[in-house]
Amino acid sequence: MRWIWIDTFVAFESGVSASAVKNVSLAEEHLHDHFPGYPVMPPSLMIEGMAQTAGILVGEARDFQENVILAKIRRAEFDDYARPGDTLRYDATIETIDDRAAVTSGTVLKNDTPIGRVDLIFSHVGHSEQAFGLPEHNFVFTEQFRQLLAGFRGKDKEEAP
Amino acid sequence: MAPSRDEVFEKIREVLTEALGVDDDEVVADATLQEDLGAESIDFLDIVFRLEKEFNIKIPKGELFPDDVMNNPDYVDGDRITPAGMVLLKKAMPHVDFSKFEANPVVSQMPKLFTVNTIVNYIENKLAAAA
Repeated sequence: MRWIWIDTFVAFESGVSASAVKNVSLAEEHLHDHFPGYPVMPPSLMIEGMAQTAGILVGEARDFQENVILAKIRRAEFDDYARPGDTLRYDATIETIDDRAAVTSGTVLKNDTPIGRVDLIFSHVGHSEQAFGLPEHNFVFTEQFRQLLAGFRGKDKEEAP
Repeated sequence: MAPSRDEVFEKIREVLTEALGVDDDEVVADATLQEDLGAESIDFLDIVFRLEKEFNIKIPKGELFPDDVMNNPDYVDGDRITPAGMVLLKKAMPHVDFSKFEANPVVSQMPKLFTVNTIVNYIENKLAAAA
């Protein structure tokens, strides 16, 4: 997997809310430049993590029929850093969802403490729309994103043998 | 009790400063959303969502801001609104002031019609209809 900024889902209520975690690791190359001697998880990538969490929540709510594209960051505020060894959690909630767009609100937590608020608007672009030369297939919800959801261990998971 | 025009204006001012990231004092009655306040297409959608929440109303697609006028042959011939199209537009959008636009109805100039006042008019109409 390449551009994936969440590790796994820990909660998922279809059409309502979802939570995903991301463990910040010193093995992530960009941390060595951001910043040299003081690795800090870039807030832009925390916003991306929330966008992926909320985007999958929104896509699943409509059976992945449309491409869900991040259209606007309504709010992104952070009160603290996240550093290697921290566990981030993205809690996303759907505020509104209809044919044209979805609005989500969300909290970013570091080691279970809230450190940020990220609110987003996603546009729905249907498969049939050829506007801007978009490809016909669903290019947002590739197999890697679907696997993330399929791999989610919910409370109804069967116990491993 | 129905809110006064000033009260409606204040709430709309708050919506616009949040949606567009502009200062309070930039949001004046005749400021145009696109030119003066820098609104882009996704911002119009954000504004609609925020207005729905603020005033507890439903804004159907195309009721406040026109939906795809440019490609609609009912309204447009080439780069101008047709006379029949003008009649349709005025009926569909009573909150918009078309008086100066009518003399030279070039479609690309339409965004200038949408000012803060336009939204105030729309909300007032909507609240009056619900009352």
